[in-house]
Amino acid sequence: MDSTATGFEIGDWIKIGVVSDIPARGARVVKTAQGDVAVFRTADDRIYALFDRCPHKAGPLSQGIVQGQTVTCPLHNLVINLATGAAEGEDAGCANRVAVRVEDGRILMSLAAFARRAA
Amino acid sequence: MTQAPVMKQKLVIVGNGMAPGRMLEKLVEQAPDRYAVTIFNAEPRVNYDRIMLSPVLSGEKTYEQIVIHGDGWYIEHGITLHKGTRVTAIDRAARTVSTDNGLTVPYDKLVIATGSVPFIIPVPGHNLPGVLTYRDLDDVDAMIVAAKSRGQAVVIGGGLLGLEAAAGLAEQGMKVTVVHLMPTLMERQLDPAAGYLLRKAIEDRGIRVLTGANTKAILGEDKVQAVELEDGTRLPADLVVMAIGIRPNGALAKDAGLTVNRGIVVDDQMVTSDPDILALGECVEHRGACYGLVAPLYEMAGVLAKTLMNEPVAYSGSVTATKLKVTGIDLFSAGDFAEAKDREEIVLRDAAQGVYKRLVIKENRIIGAVLYGDTEDGAWFFQKLREGADIADLRDTLIFGQSFAGGTQADPLAAVAALPDDAEICGCNGVCKGKIVTAIQQNKLTDVDGVRKTTKASASCGSCTGLVEKLLALTLGDGFKAVESVAMCGCTDLGHDDVRRLIVAKGLKTIPAVMQELEWKTSCGCHKCRPALNYYLIATWPGEYVDDSQSRFINERVHANIQKDGTYSVVPRMWGGVTTPNELRAIADVADKFNIRTVKVTGGQRIDLLGVKKEDLPAVWADLNAAGMVSGHAYGKALRTVKTCVGTEWCRFGTQDSTGLGIKIERFTWGSWTPAKLKMGVSGCPRNCAEATVKDIGIVCVESGYEIHIGGAAGLHVRQTDLLCKVATEAEVMEYCGALMQMYREQARYLDRIWKWMERIGLDHVRTQIVDDGERRRALFGRFVYSQRFAQSDPWAERTTPAFDREFKPMADLSMLEPA
Ligand code: SRM
Ligand SMILES: Cc1cc2nc3c(=O)[nH]c(=O)nc-3n(C[C@H](O)[C@H](O)[C@H](O)COP(=O)(O)OP(=O)(O)OC[C@H]3O[C@@H](n4cnc5c(N)ncnc54)[C@H](O)[C@@H]3O)c2cc1C
Ligand code: SF4
Ligand code: FES
Repeated sequence: MDSTATGFEIGDWIKIGVVSDIPARGARVVKTAQGDVAVFRTADDRIYALFDRCPHKAGPLSQGIVQGQTVTCPLHNLVINLATGAAEGEDAGCANRVAVRVEDGRILMSLAAFARRAA
Repeated sequence: MTQAPVMKQKLVIVGNGMAPGRMLEKLVEQAPDRYAVTIFNAEPRVNYDRIMLSPVLSGEKTYEQIVIHGDGWYIEHGITLHKGTRVTAIDRAARTVSTDNGLTVPYDKLVIATGSVPFIIPVPGHNLPGVLTYRDLDDVDAMIVAAKSRGQAVVIGGGLLGLEAAAGLAEQGMKVTVVHLMPTLMERQLDPAAGYLLRKAIEDRGIRVLTGANTKAILGEDKVQAVELEDGTRLPADLVVMAIGIRPNGALAKDAGLTVNRGIVVDDQMVTSDPDILALGECVEHRGACYGLVAPLYEMAGVLAKTLMNEPVAYSGSVTATKLKVTGIDLFSAGDFAEAKDREEIVLRDAAQGVYKRLVIKENRIIGAVLYGDTEDGAWFFQKLREGADIADLRDTLIFGQSFAGGTQADPLAAVAALPDDAEICGCNGVCKGKIVTAIQQNKLTDVDGVRKTTKASASCGSCTGLVEKLLALTLGDGFKAVESVAMCGCTDLGHDDVRRLIVAKGLKTIPAVMQELEWKTSCGCHKCRPALNYYLIATWPGEYVDDSQSRFINERVHANIQKDGTYSVVPRMWGGVTTPNELRAIADVADKFNIRTVKVTGGQRIDLLGVKKEDLPAVWADLNAAGMVSGHAYGKALRTVKTCVGTEWCRFGTQDSTGLGIKIERFTWGSWTPAKLKMGVSGCPRNCAEATVKDIGIVCVESGYEIHIGGAAGLHVRQTDLLCKVATEAEVMEYCGALMQMYREQARYLDRIWKWMERIGLDHVRTQIVDDGERRRALFGRFVYSQRFAQSDPWAERTTPAFDREFKPMADLSMLEPA
């Protein structure tokens, strides 16, 4: 699809908001055709994004408690590493990552994850 | 004297800041005869040490003391310096620059070093006289003049510059307020733990700090008079300093057609998109990075000088470290200090000394460091970081620094040792630390029982036992072995009871304060300790503590219950289980309007709406609110339901108005946060149709009055209540319930229901406090009533305000970006 037809301004990356849109130690959701993406902000302002589905039973990770570089799933307390998507400790499973980067306080999300899946 | 080469090349430099200054030192030392140098500086002065402006502002240094190159230096090296002259254009075709005083000067090589310009937030009033930035000596002079008034100053921005300005102005006698947008100071360099200590130190200097504060306008007629914040607060001000950040100054280069992104783009040789024009300092962008500290600029200076001498060296970017130059505040930060799975952190806290150190380690290398209070090893850590040194062998003692020579481990008794003698250890019996220590010494006590008998400390609810043991250990030394209390979680060695008592004894009022003063082993806690701390702080400091919603489980954060499919359920309060046609109608309308699939009567005598989308929650609540309903807290560690039966109103066996009493109790106690959920029931007679004897607190009405039962449960663990006492009037029921709830709120461990707490401390003890001791009961009741003043605001009504939008609205919608 020609991305410019959507009215969005994109290269490989698209602006989804600014860092201060997300509470520190919190998350917000970005809607996509593949389902929600949870965008996290840690206490020290790192930004990460994962598909909003826990590898256990698809719990919405965006609703969990964020500590350090992990989030605790609100349904059954799996602890997921934000950088890798993998469950910590004894638990198995991995949430799908979406690349994001921050430029001048703006959060940019990579469209690669969507393009590849759609193709 | 050597003969100068016939044709010296002409080198022109724009800007005479610290970066080109260092570059020229290299050039005159290594190739003195190569160039004829001309420098233009918009500032009417020689090159001075900009980073020492703060000591000039605070009066610790004079301008003369911070000059780097005096006039004589330029003469000695044959450099032509045009002070107070601004370059206004570059003509790349003619290879000349022209200036604001009409000069046109040719160059063979041109160096741009225009530094950066301070950001100004364009709020109304930003250009009123009395509004300054903090960049050069003129700003400092203006601030010193303004400070002579001994008036009030507002500094906008709680970063490095803002805090240095604030400290300097306070030193000059002004009353200073720092207004900072983010929740913690210097958030870009510090984690919240260090930010907490910094804030404390700044406030200790009498400087007021407002965080999370957004400036709306600067007020004044022909001179600044006040700063107005978004929330309406007005801060009177004779001087406003804006120190919110800097922007690389690339205007001149851009006008000349050079490539400029955020800064002037240079390659590894510091050459711009024009091979004859070079650039360095804060105005450049190298490999996507811009710098605002001198260390990288000095590295650039060395490389640029070599390029000018035709010697190929490459600049490959810098890792930076930050220090704050406020006398008495030691703070250091460097590198990347975020956590990740492949990283470990080493945290050392010394509450007594106000020290916090954190190293972030990846693959046996230091990649980040934050030090507060003791920064002596900053340079050492930084060196290891830059070198990428392997620290595997040092790991165990690394955090103690370079000079560590088999010293001691962090002391688990430190927090207790640091308590003042008058700190209250036993809340039940009002016994302070000094009294216990004296008793141990004088009576040669060796165990907790001895302390109990002699002082009564720990003789009641027992929640201070851990602390008493620590005092025994401190006083007796090795002679005493304390029974280890079970730690709250992996972040601390202290148990729940210890933490609760220490929060009170040390007057700790925020989560970072608890973590620092009680020497937490992690930088920001975990999902186990944070919700517990948030509760303890709410229960301890009603009206003062600001709830930390990010430390709450999702249900309490959005005031609804999360379901297995990620939707929510909403349960409105139905006082005492009684409803009206109007309420039912509103519930039915909401269910229709929002397509709510399941409407179910709960086991708690009210109605549950299941399957609500998160985005719809505010609208659902707004409709329920409009019909007079508030949240039922079906999700909370809070008062849940008060179940009732029909009582004297209808029932032929009823002895009292159990429905009416249940409603009164629910209206009195709703909104209260408790260690675990709290359910009540009021039955009109011993037939007990409201199941009051399996509730946390149950009332059974009898002819002669009311039985008060406690400690029931009917979930995973079924437990019948114990009878606490019998009272005669409804008013007494209210007083006893309030007192009982408050005692539970003040003493129990997070997530322990009443029965668990009661079994631990003994029913007798509850009875002594609540039934036998009227004075204590009334005091507990009073504290409960006080805390309810802050608890009874409907969370739903609050959350339908725009301030909560970001909790409920998605941040962006990209769903249309996909092929169909
Ligand atoms: C909705 C409801 C079931 C129903 O459809 O009737 C219910 C639903 C849940 N109960 Fe319950 N309990 C409900 C009445 C009860 C009762 C009956 C009562 O209150 O009279 C009990 C037994 C009484 C008691 O608490 O002692 C009860 C004992 C539990 C327990 C076990 C507690 C225990 O200490 O052993 C849990 C688990 C927990 O809290 O950790 C629990 C936990 C839950 C949770 C919160 C599970 C969870 O963590 O998600 C369920 C939330 C569903 C939701 O989103 O609404 N629910 N639950 C009832 C809501 C009552 C209300 O109006 O607020
Ligand atoms: C109060 C304060 C405290 C600081 N503390 C520290 C610290 O503790 N540690 C640290 O590492 N860094 C600190 N810094 C930052 C440090 O001072 C700067 O990184 C450094 O001075 C930048 O050097 P520069 O040569 O790139 O630019 P500057 O020093 O800003 O020099 C640029 C010069 O160019 C002139 N100029 C601009 N345009 C033109 C033009 N068109 N024509 C002629 N001249 C022009 C300007 O007038 C200015 O004099 C501090 C800065 C300030 C303001
Ligand atoms: S009994 Fe179990 S399944 Fe039913 S509502 Fe309670 S917790 Fe959920
Ligand atoms: S769905 Fe995340 S832990 Fe079960």
